[in-house]
Amino acid sequence: MSIRDHDKVLNCRDLSVHFDNRSALANISTSFSQGETVSLVGPNGAGKSTLLRVLAGLLPATHGIVTFRETPIEGPNTAVVYVPQRTSVDWSFPVSVLDVVLMALAKRRPRGRPFRSNDREAALASLERTGMRRFADVQIGQLSGGQQQRVFLARALLQEGEVYLLDEPFAGVDVPTQELLVTIFEGLRQQGKTIIYATHDLLQASRSSDRILLLNRQLIAAGPPATTMTEENLRSTFGGQAIVPFTRSTEPAAGVLR
Amino acid sequence: MIDWLLEPLRHTFMQHAFIAIMLVGVICGVTGVFVTLRGLAFMGDALAHAIFPGVVIAYILGGNFLIGALIAAIIVSLGIGAISQNQRLSGDTAIGVLFAGGFALGIALISAQKTYTRDLASFLLGSILGVSRSDLLLTGVVGLIVLGVIAFFRRELTIVSFDRTFAEATGINVWVFDQLFLILLSLAIVVSLQTVGNVLVLAMLITPAATARLLTDRLRLMVTLSATIGASSGVIGLYASYHLAIASGASVVLVATAIFTIVYLFAPKSGVITVAIKRKRHYPHPEHDIFPDDPAVQSPPAMTPPST
Repeated sequence: MSIRDHDKVLNCRDLSVHFDNRSALANISTSFSQGETVSLVGPNGAGKSTLLRVLAGLLPATHGIVTFRETPIEGPNTAVVYVPQRTSVDWSFPVSVLDVVLMALAKRRPRGRPFRSNDREAALASLERTGMRRFADVQIGQLSGGQQQRVFLARALLQEGEVYLLDEPFAGVDVPTQELLVTIFEGLRQQGKTIIYATHDLLQASRSSDRILLLNRQLIAAGPPATTMTEENLRSTFGGQAIVPFTRSTEPAAGVLR
Repeated sequence: MIDWLLEPLRHTFMQHAFIAIMLVGVICGVTGVFVTLRGLAFMGDALAHAIFPGVVIAYILGGNFLIGALIAAIIVSLGIGAISQNQRLSGDTAIGVLFAGGFALGIALISAQKTYTRDLASFLLGSILGVSRSDLLLTGVVGLIVLGVIAFFRRELTIVSFDRTFAEATGINVWVFDQLFLILLSLAIVVSLQTVGNVLVLAMLITPAATARLLTDRLRLMVTLSATIGASSGVIGLYASYHLAIASGASVVLVATAIFTIVYLFAPKSGVITVAIKRKRHYPHPEHDIFPDDPAVQSPPAMTPPST
């Protein structure tokens, strides 16, 4: 790994996070380059969400330095888009799908004035990309779980960030939505966006990421999936609970650790 | 009939009362939309009671009751925030403690006054027939400020109510907008005290907004409907109060409640009876019903447990 430093979008040096006296992340040093897709893999409580929240500027690091384009992260940044696992949304709220997607532009448009028609067009185009355009006028609570996830994805796309942080995007969504996610990741990658996502699914991580970070409060290993997902690394990440059906082949066996 | 409508308007105090109740209906109707959507009904009730000592102190000192109420409201909402930081106590509990304590302080203070009974009654139940021209002006100005601020920050207020994580992640200061809304809510309550009184102001905040929610899935329309229902309940209630000689605050609230009940039963899409009739028409034999797929069934349950 000899990419020059200014290609690095995000940098963590000696990052530690403590909640009260409990350590959630310890001494994480890593960086993320422009245009790469990185998966964060680890068991429950490994600190995947914590790391994403720190990168999103939602949680301050207890120790260490985290930078975005060489500037320390001190709060949320419009260039960094964060998609939480299951948004704590009030589903009965009287907003339509289109209203929800337009929220992406709320901070970027003048206050107190209605959205312009080209904003609406952009929001509809974003919904088109996630296959939700025909639901634009539906109240958000009327949708199924997978459809709701697609709406939030459309909103994230309209935010037009440089970095996308997604917490468990593949969890609890149907197969078509999973496929859609892979397509959208690919599209973002071609636009040079950096994607960092947390997942439990080793197979998904090995298929759709350039690099994988194995995390269990500490950084166990990082690198391309094929060389990183070794039996030894997975054992130290997941501990005794891991069934690691690894062969000598470079692809991990299907259905691992679901 | 026309005389029935025009007769009350011959009195100046009734003209003032009509203007006042319409202003209050609109101000509370709009503010109430956010109160109901955020589940802040208890908070609204608590604020109405907890600002009582502020009003009483201002009254005793001869100062502006609006400023007294605002100071009390800010102290109370910051106090609720501080107490609910303690992990052993919920926000509800914090509201409950300060609500009762503040109200008791107000009663204690006013009971030391000579005109105790009359003052207390007018504070608690309002005295709409005593609304002066300057009261109307104050209500109008404060109302314009409240509505203007809500209109100006409507996107932020909506996002903070709908999706707090998204608000935080996009750099909207959730705490600031929470406090701003509580101040707006306090202002709405304070200008309503004279017309509907301390005890019933909650109904003006909640009932029209709840009625409007039953009629639409659109926030903008909900705001318009809620304001309209609030103002109409006020006007109809005042007529009823005048002709039937019943207390005006109670009359207004009863009208609002009646409108809510009618809509709850007969709203075109969500009314309890409307839906039952529709179902009967479409599925005359319920035992053979094939219900449309439940959205919850379409999306598979999470395969993986949530991570921290």
